[in-house]
Amino acid sequence: MSTASAARSIGVRTSIVRRRPPLLRHLLAGLRAVAALVLAAAFLAPFAWSVLSSLKAGHEIFTFPPSWLPEVARWGNYPAVWRQVPFGRFAANTTIVTAVAVLGEVVSSTLVAYGFARFRFPGRGVLFTAVVATLVLPGEITLIPRFIMFKALGWLDTFLPLTVPFYFGSAFFIFLMRQFFLSLPIELDEAAELDGANGFQTLTSVLVPLMKPALATVAIFSFLSHWNEFLNPLIFLRSTEKFTLALGLRFFQQAAETGGEPREPYLMAASLMVTLPCIVLFFSAQRYFVRGVVMSGMKY
Amino acid sequence: MLASLSRGQRKALQGYLYTSPWTVGLVVFVIGPMVASLYLSFTSYSITSQPRFVGIQNYIYMLTGDELFWGSVLKTLYFAGGVVLVGLTGSLACALLLNTGLRGSAFYRTAFFIPSLTPIVALALIWAWVLQPRYGVVNGALAELGMAGPGWLTDPAWAIPGLLLMNLWGTIGGSRMVIFLAGLQGVPQELYDAAHVDGASGWQRFWAVTLPMLSPTIFFNLVLGIIGGLKVFAAAYVTTDGGPAYATWFYLIHLFTQAFRFLEMGYASALAWFFFAVVLALTLIQFGISRRWVYYEGER
Repeated sequence: MSTASAARSIGVRTSIVRRRPPLLRHLLAGLRAVAALVLAAAFLAPFAWSVLSSLKAGHEIFTFPPSWLPEVARWGNYPAVWRQVPFGRFAANTTIVTAVAVLGEVVSSTLVAYGFARFRFPGRGVLFTAVVATLVLPGEITLIPRFIMFKALGWLDTFLPLTVPFYFGSAFFIFLMRQFFLSLPIELDEAAELDGANGFQTLTSVLVPLMKPALATVAIFSFLSHWNEFLNPLIFLRSTEKFTLALGLRFFQQAAETGGEPREPYLMAASLMVTLPCIVLFFSAQRYFVRGVVMSGMKY
Repeated sequence: MLASLSRGQRKALQGYLYTSPWTVGLVVFVIGPMVASLYLSFTSYSITSQPRFVGIQNYIYMLTGDELFWGSVLKTLYFAGGVVLVGLTGSLACALLLNTGLRGSAFYRTAFFIPSLTPIVALALIWAWVLQPRYGVVNGALAELGMAGPGWLTDPAWAIPGLLLMNLWGTIGGSRMVIFLAGLQGVPQELYDAAHVDGASGWQRFWAVTLPMLSPTIFFNLVLGIIGGLKVFAAAYVTTDGGPAYATWFYLIHLFTQAFRFLEMGYASALAWFFFAVVLALTLIQFGISRRWVYYEGER
């Protein structure tokens, strides 16, 4: 029982505690509510502005002072984007790259984390330190040699540089998954072993079913990182028909053929279409998001 | 053959097996490329010809001859400093606000979080339009208030503040804030009650209870925040491409330009190693200083 509630329960007067006068308390609560509203508006306004801009006609874009509402909502701007650039191709490319990379990243990181969490072997400490060190290592340091390597392998302008490296596990996800494994009692493994299961069977039939929330968390964060990736596709992809959505947006910004009309409505429509899957994913899996973020913030 | 091994040896063997993807990946995609880029940093190499050893010439040129180098360092530090100071404070303030038992806090948390889901290229395009000096919504709102908005992203003095605004919108309510929230919820209520009984005001409770208990979380966010700030690339690449008049010529823009536009792979590798050295030094310094101010429970 806490000191204060103990004091109250035995009838000690708690007037020694400086209480704010009710008026001030209400004022502060009001100020907080206003601050929250203003902040929420500030965070959501750019979305509102881009959604409304995406529905405008070309001639409505360059008006001063700017107006929020379009004359009529031109939903046709959205399908128009698909005609102005090979948006469908970009979306298909991104889906393929993301799916293949997420699969590899989740499976390999799970296997590696299992190895770190459940088996003792010489060199484990050093190897795990390397995982933590890689967490803060800027990937840019290895960018040039990776480019040279992939060029030598003939992998430039293919999806291989964007997918294959993730089949070797990623530091962040190995770190997260190891935490999840450590939170499961070792007795589970021992019982499975007594039943004659080998290490791999224990993993797939005992541990993995218990880790579905963890796997979902990792898969979501992996999805977002690959869906949003810009620098790697920028360096490794050349031809337009190979572009991902992130590159496609950039391409659209520079080269879209809109028949002399202002590009902004279409640019906004395209940007929002690229963002939408991430927001849908968030709303359909909110609790995994919070869990994953919180796990990543745990001290290590 | 396996049968002749002891249980411990078999376990160790399995440990190596499960972690082998990481070990192989570490060598092929991290350590190997790092060694290669260290070697390349002492050469002149343009992909088409063989690397030619030039000693420390690249480093000398970098520090004394490259007219854009120090400017890019300063601009990057300016940006990272802004991200850390305003971003960290902002995320903490938002988390504190959400933690006060505000009505509708679940809605506000979602509203603050959603911008962080926007893919970086989409975010950059949306904000380029939000900040458009004449027809954008920010300057439009300022005009309503009778103020002339600045030339965001087009005026050298306002380009970095514009990019900062963009970055802050996308990060203040994101994972950093959620990590702070989790940290706040982890502060034991007894400490607040005790402080209350001792007559501490709300402000005193914040300084004497909340901040020390939150210091590991602040430290975590500080380390990752600085690294993230120094790595600024995509938003600037898409919106200003280093301009106007090199005002946003950040370090990675410089590196990218040298490597992939001028194909100066040797010199760019030197730039990459300098970047790595700075990130490493800043991280180690922070770990060193952290002993003085980060409070870990159960540690003396």
